[in-house]
Amino acid sequence: MNAPMTAGYNFAYLDEQTKRMIRRAILKAIAIPGYQVPFASREMPMPYGWGTGGVQVTAAVIGEHDVLKVIDQGSDDTTNAVSIRKFFARTAGVATTTSTADATVIQTRHRIPEAPLTEDQILVYQVPIPEPLRFLEPRETETRTMHALEEYGLMHVKLYEDIARHGHIATTYAYPVKVNGRYLMDASPTPKFDNPKMHLSPALQLFGAGREKRIYALPPYTQVVSLDFEDHPFEVNRFDKPCALCAAHGVYLDEVVLDDRGGRMFVCSDTDFCETRRAEGHRGEMLADTPADGGAA
Amino acid sequence: MSAALSTTLSAGFERPVFDAQAVFRCVMMAMARPGLIRTLTVAVKPPGRMAPAAAALALAMCDFESPVWLDDALAADPAVAEFLRFHTGAPIVADPRKASFAFLADGAEMPPLDCFALGSPEYPDRSTTLVIGVDWIDTESGWRLAGPGVNGQTRFSAGPLPHDFLGRLSDNRGLFPRGVDLVFVHGDRVAAIPRSTVVEK
Ligand SMILES: [Zn+2]
Repeated sequence: MNAPMTAGYNFAYLDEQTKRMIRRAILKAIAIPGYQVPFASREMPMPYGWGTGGVQVTAAVIGEHDVLKVIDQGSDDTTNAVSIRKFFARTAGVATTTSTADATVIQTRHRIPEAPLTEDQILVYQVPIPEPLRFLEPRETETRTMHALEEYGLMHVKLYEDIARHGHIATTYAYPVKVNGRYLMDASPTPKFDNPKMHLSPALQLFGAGREKRIYALPPYTQVVSLDFEDHPFEVNRFDKPCALCAAHGVYLDEVVLDDRGGRMFVCSDTDFCETRRAEGHRGEMLADTPADGGAA
Repeated sequence: MSAALSTTLSAGFERPVFDAQAVFRCVMMAMARPGLIRTLTVAVKPPGRMAPAAAALALAMCDFESPVWLDDALAADPAVAEFLRFHTGAPIVADPRKASFAFLADGAEMPPLDCFALGSPEYPDRSTTLVIGVDWIDTESGWRLAGPGVNGQTRFSAGPLPHDFLGRLSDNRGLFPRGVDLVFVHGDRVAAIPRSTVVEK
């Protein structure tokens, strides 16, 4: 449903000159997949950590005919997701949805939807720390040189230390990827479970980091390979049981505490995916004990 | 502005905010899907020999922060510079290395790609986007494109362009992540070959 636009705002909040600056950065980001393009991030009417980078990218990209979905931890209903959705309904008058299939632009903080995306969709990530090498090397001039020289040995050393300590690569979020065989990229803070969904995705993927003032991109059908070792190949998180509500296998599950006696269940983190499956008649083992609308609250 | 100018100046966007967004999305998707043709839904009356899509791209993307370079064919017609200055405020520069955008109407006579800004190893984004007016774009035959944005392989050719253009493109690809990005425009149609694209015969 299209919302009436509040008078007195620029369309999608940003002024036209700021949009042009961000749009030029996006074109470069697409032309150099995985490279972090600096941009003059603007103050937004929300605190950093609330996705100001993603919001600026969405504001530069979105048009009057778009349908926007916003997710946070896979859910459309968290405070953060609701407030960003309302922000664009108010400032751009765009239609919003919780349905992955109906959305043309999807802004996300942590997850990639379980339903396959299409060539007609754009996925915008709000990124807190865009530099995968930052925790190994705090100086920006140094990390820039490392990217320029494609000097990524330190990251392999870090992952190998994981193996030495834990017997496997323990990194589960913000797991580093190599883009089109060139740039090391941080998909932060998505779980590594979602890394394979980035690889050769038909959807355009745009990343915005507000505080760090960076934009980067994955064009559709781009090679995105998670770093690994021959004897310790990349593996996604495995879940022992299917979703307790919709019985889906091979999806990312969140643990939900049911009571104070240790009762718990595992349900889809992607609430739209879970609800769609339940509407189609799929029933998980806990469904009988749960209200019909009881998703991953 | 003089009275004489206002009678010759081509109009800008009818709905500036929405038209700029629509043109940007079209150019963005062209850049994201190398070799695929996108058609603008916004009509712009261009100045002189500028293609309508080139004029629309300039209106959508250029401003005082993005210096523009014009090839001889466009620089020869004062209406082009007037249009760009009036509607975008972009400085017109003589040195192609200083250009964010280069607009060319005569592709066959274009200077070598390494005359333009190629970016540095640390900041490869500090490079020129070339907007080249052509007489035809063909996606049925021609070069084979591969790389990011291409689903497997696609065919593309455009012209007129220099006879050694394929070699120039592959030299440009060899500079990656430095290099220029190319946008071909014909009428209201747009297609791109960013620096990441591998182009073969
Ligand atoms: Zn489920």
